[in-house]
Amino acid sequence: MGDIPRGNRPLSPHLQVYRLPISAVTSILNRATGHAMLAGVLLLVWWLVAAVTSERAFLTADWVLRSWFGFIVLVGSLWSLWFHFLAGIRHFFYDAGHMLEIDQGQKTSWAIIWGSVILTVISLLLFFFG
Amino acid sequence: MRYITPLKAAKGLGAAGPSTGTLHHWTLTVTSVGLAILTPAFLLVMGSAIGLPRAGVLAYFSQPYPAIVTALFLIVGMYHFVKGTRNMIDDYLDGTERKVAIIFSEIFGWAVIAAAGYALARMALTAIIL
Repeated sequence: MGDIPRGNRPLSPHLQVYRLPISAVTSILNRATGHAMLAGVLLLVWWLVAAVTSERAFLTADWVLRSWFGFIVLVGSLWSLWFHFLAGIRHFFYDAGHMLEIDQGQKTSWAIIWGSVILTVISLLLFFFG
Repeated sequence: MRYITPLKAAKGLGAAGPSTGTLHHWTLTVTSVGLAILTPAFLLVMGSAIGLPRAGVLAYFSQPYPAIVTALFLIVGMYHFVKGTRNMIDDYLDGTERKVAIIFSEIFGWAVIAAAGYALARMALTAIIL
């Protein structure tokens, strides 16, 4: 194999050298949403700990939680949770050997994207008007 | 004559490594199913709790269902999070950086679990004492 030029080749071609079909986008988003949700978890855990700490601590945490900043973090985490939920369910099918064709991957990708938006809107409607 | 066989190049890597990959994947799968069941319940519990005054929050999480659902979601969720970050760490980091990242990811995950567990336990136990 001495005739193959081995210098200056990327060791492991990654995100920057591939086109991103929709199935790649949802795969990346699955990892991204899984990590992004941590923001909402930390905010809620801080709020719970503050509730058992003192009135003052609770008022501070509650104020942040219900501010526009808290709203953005919680709604972002809510969408992330539903996206990760649906993408995780797709992984159950992948693991069982189903939905692995390219066209199926594209369809389920769009289903995850729109499904996560719809579930987020339903959750918010239930929260504010339920 | 080379005494080192090609096995030398493979040992310690991939499936020839510490051989915990299958268990790691299975752990993520099992926690995924648990979290998929818990997700709607957790969102409904949090939806009921957010907006309550402090006394209301303390009383709400002193009930068995909200306390158990929240504890399960946060404990299993953070455990799943630690296992998930491990996937990302293995993809992007190597050597000492990988080890440091794994250690701090584990420490961080258990710290969040401890904080959430403490807050929920205190709310539940205070209600019994009162």
